[in-house]
Amino acid sequence: MTHVYIDTPSSRHQEVFAALFRSGPFLIGTAIIFFWAVCAAFGQQFVPYDPLAQDILNALGPPSAEHWFGTDQLGRDIFSRVIAGSRDILTVAPLATILATIIGTVLGLLTGYFRGIVDDVFSRLIEAKMAIPGVIVALLAIVALGTSEMTVILVIGLSFGTNMSRTVRSAVLSERELEYVAAATLRRESAVHIMFVEILPNILPPILVESTMRVGYAIFAVATLSFIGFGLQPPSPDWGLSISTNYAMIGGGYWWTVLFDALAIASLVIGINLMADGLYGALDA
Amino acid sequence: MIARFIARRIALALVTLFVLSVLVFFCCQVLPGNVALAILGPQADPRTVNVLNHELGVDRPLLVQYSSWITSFLQGDMGRSYIYRAPVAPFILQAIGHSLKLASVAILVVVPLGILGGVVAALNVHRPLDRIISIGGVSATILPEFVSGIVLILVFGVWLRWLPISAAWPQGAGVFTQVYHLILPAMPLVLVLFGYIARMARAGMIEALDSDYTRTAVLKGLTWRLVIWRHVLRNALLPTITVIATQAGYLIGGLVVVETLFRYEGVGSLIFAAATSKDFPMLEAAVLVIGITYALATLIADLLYSILNPRIRMGSYK
Repeated sequence: MTHVYIDTPSSRHQEVFAALFRSGPFLIGTAIIFFWAVCAAFGQQFVPYDPLAQDILNALGPPSAEHWFGTDQLGRDIFSRVIAGSRDILTVAPLATILATIIGTVLGLLTGYFRGIVDDVFSRLIEAKMAIPGVIVALLAIVALGTSEMTVILVIGLSFGTNMSRTVRSAVLSERELEYVAAATLRRESAVHIMFVEILPNILPPILVESTMRVGYAIFAVATLSFIGFGLQPPSPDWGLSISTNYAMIGGGYWWTVLFDALAIASLVIGINLMADGLYGALDA
Repeated sequence: MIARFIARRIALALVTLFVLSVLVFFCCQVLPGNVALAILGPQADPRTVNVLNHELGVDRPLLVQYSSWITSFLQGDMGRSYIYRAPVAPFILQAIGHSLKLASVAILVVVPLGILGGVVAALNVHRPLDRIISIGGVSATILPEFVSGIVLILVFGVWLRWLPISAAWPQGAGVFTQVYHLILPAMPLVLVLFGYIARMARAGMIEALDSDYTRTAVLKGLTWRLVIWRHVLRNALLPTITVIATQAGYLIGGLVVVETLFRYEGVGSLIFAAATSKDFPMLEAAVLVIGITYALATLIADLLYSILNPRIRMGSYK
């Protein structure tokens, strides 16, 4: 018995969702991210202590029944700070990724669709930019513009956006040779219409996968910038910042002041990675 | 054909370096505004600020500043540090020497390990071992170095006490002591690079295993071991060479973090210290020297690849 599949959009979507729900890595990753998203949104309300409240008499206490993860050198409760610390990074990193996706999509559509001189100029500039180590670009930009959450979002958004535009461009290059684009050209549709209404919906899957992966790298970048003092600023309970203020005491055996923040960052990036891997598998299948 | 490819590639490297020099100049000499004020702080006397600005030469037109800066740099004069009040070149050369030692330890560990991981994954493709190596590799790649560094310090330095937690070795230490101190700092870099190298090696292996020449080798009765060693590996590992060289750029960024975490006086911590203290000549010179090193590394890698791979050498490279 033979089946005839008609690939309507809704059946394609159902297929993708079914594949996602069968994918173990995707479900585990989504669960981890859901946990941290809840902490970011409502963490402040259910933590046992105020993450910023100091209690010098109980400074540097090891994990105990009152303080599950111990206290830092100002006596602040580390469990509360780890839960609340998810908020800043989970705001800045996704915003930077959204900015990067917008920049990458527009730049990729323009260079891929027009080709010629637009493509040549942008491509050479982007290649030159990609040849410079990202941390150096970020460091230079932040030294020049000063430290703020806005600068971090702008720097990461611009930097990742130019890289993403290469993926979008190569997708556009193969797409623009297809008949529906020729048909739209014959209907005398405007270039903007062809790029954003005709081509864009067809290249969404690779853009989606790339953005999900980029969230992981954005978290890497935000955490790293905070750790070296160029990202989020005190007294934010941000994980990278907490590690940066506490790691000098690591030789003294105060492991709880850094370990839980490190594990929090690790769980978040691995969660996003598992989710991106599952998404890639489902959209590719 | 190959001459055109080389000329094109060198031209691209020059464009890159020009863009980098403009970026560096723009970020360090234009955007911060009043340089003397930035150094002396907001409470400084306006006359002292003017005198210092004049002394530093930052009150001249921008084009004059850029051309005088870049010409003296090309003549070997990298400028004087604002902080140390001394030429920056000796500081940068010493720091690069330190960083090269750290990077070499990391590279010597990760290249064989990454290739082995990729080959094992490809030989077990889509089986659990492949999934573990692939997902584990990518997860290690996106783990920030300071996160893996902290966990490694806690486990091997603080709890097990197997390795020193500081990269600074005692004065006059021999090669082995130096390497002993560099093992722990190199590990975060190894973790990040492992995923990239393993993924490239795996992809190259899978393509080579799937090829007609491999089938021919199997069909003519060679043993599986011989097919792998003589036919598959040789073709599969070519793309991996380029990946290793292009990761030099990542490595430099990673050094900033790792050297800060382990208090190692390399070029990463030098750049970080210069950025924090607004020592712009030091920052500019260090970034440019790194940019040149990186451009040369990728240039050599591309040329090596084109020489080793006849398809790129003879084909129409666009």
